[in-house]
Amino acid sequence: MAVISAGTTLIDAGAISVPTGALILIKSITASSSASISFVDGASGVVFDGTYKSYIFKFIDVHPSTEADNTVFHFQCSTDGGSNYNTTMTSSHFRAGNYEDDSDRFLSFNITQAQSQDTDFASLINGSIGTDNDQSASGFLQIFNPADTTFVKHFISRTNSHNLNNVSMVAYNGGYFNTTSAIDAIQFKFSAGDVDNAVIKMYGVT
Amino acid sequence: MGLISAGTTIFDAGVVNGIGNMILVSSVTASSSASITFTLADYKEYQFYFVNIHAATSGAEYQFNLSIDSGSNYNVAKTSTAFESYHTEADNGAGVIYQGGADLAQGTGDQQLFRNLDTDNDCSYSGSLKLFNPSSDTFAKHYMARGNGMNTSPTSIDFNVAGYANTASAVDRIQFKMSSGNIDSGKILMFGIN
Repeated sequence: MAVISAGTTLIDAGAISVPTGALILIKSITASSSASISFVDGASGVVFDGTYKSYIFKFIDVHPSTEADNTVFHFQCSTDGGSNYNTTMTSSHFRAGNYEDDSDRFLSFNITQAQSQDTDFASLINGSIGTDNDQSASGFLQIFNPADTTFVKHFISRTNSHNLNNVSMVAYNGGYFNTTSAIDAIQFKFSAGDVDNAVIKMYGVT
Repeated sequence: MGLISAGTTIFDAGVVNGIGNMILVSSVTASSSASITFTLADYKEYQFYFVNIHAATSGAEYQFNLSIDSGSNYNVAKTSTAFESYHTEADNGAGVIYQGGADLAQGTGDQQLFRNLDTDNDCSYSGSLKLFNPSSDTFAKHYMARGNGMNTSPTSIDFNVAGYANTASAVDRIQFKMSSGNIDSGKILMFGIN
C-alpha cells in the first residue's frame, strides 16, 4: 500500500519517501550501578554492522560510583561479537581544563591517554569525574564504517567533564582501530567501580 | 493503528520509524537583532547551528547565556575552557593557543563563542553548540561549541569552547547576542535530539 498526498508519494514499498532526518536512534541504555554497558550487533535490537557508514554514541550525564584519581570512563571494541574487547588501536588525546577557583588553566596533549598499537580501553575523558551529586560528563563518540573489511576504523570523540577537583575539562580523542576485521560490538565502563548513572544513546548516520 | 508497507512497519503505537531523531525545533533569522532567545524543554541534547553570524559592531564577541527562571535573568554560573587554532590571511601568524579571555571560572557573565568579529560584508562566524540535558535537576549542564570565523585581523580562527553550567536547577532558556551592538544578520537553528 502506498500513501500519496497531493501527487507526492509519501510512503511506498516499506520506505518513507519524503526527506527525513539522517540521525537514527538505534538503542538507548540507562545505566544504574552498571559494571559496563555494551552494544552488540544482533543483540537486544542493536544494529552495529554495515547498515550505517557511521555510528554516533552520545553520553548524557555519566556519573561514577567511585571517586579516585585516574579513574576514567573508557571504551573498547570487539571483532568477535563481544567475546573479547581488545582491538588494537593507535590514538591521540588532548585536553583543555579550567579550575572553578580560577587557579589554573591549560591546553595540552596527554600522552598517558594516547595509545600506540595498544589493546587497552581508550579514555573518553581526561582525569576523573567527581562523585558529587551534580558532577558528570557528557559528550559523543563517532566511529566510521566499522563493518569495513579493508580499512582500519577511525573514531573521534569529544567530551566535557566536571572533574573531581572542580575542573571543567574538555577532552578530544581521535584514532583508529588497526584491524581489517569488522567491528561488531562496543563496551563502555569505568576503569574502577560502576557506572552509577548514565544515558548512552547509539545512533546510525545515514 | 499501525501502518505496514511491504512488511515494514512505518508507524505504530505513536512512533514513526525511520524518520530520524534530530528534530528541528526552531529556526530564527537575525536582522539587526539585539538578542535571539530559545525556550528549552526536555530533550537530552540540543544542537544549535550558527550560519553566517554577522556583527553590526566591529570587534564584538558573539556569546550566549542561560536562564533558570524563564528568561527573567541570564546569569547562570559557568566554568569553561576555550582554545583556538588560528592562521592569518597575511601568513604572518599561526598556532594553537588557550584563550584565557574567553573562559569562565564560575562566572555568571556571557560565554563567548567567538571573539573580535569584523563587520566587513564577507565576514561572519559559523559553527555549532551542543547543550546536554538542560532540564536535569541533578547534574550540571555540559556544553561544547566549535566554529570558525574571521576576525578583524583578518584571521581564520577555529574557536573551541566547552564547559558546564554549574546549577542543579533546570535551564529553560538560552540567549545569543553580541557583546556590543546587534546581530546584524545570520541564522540560528535549534535541533532537539531524541
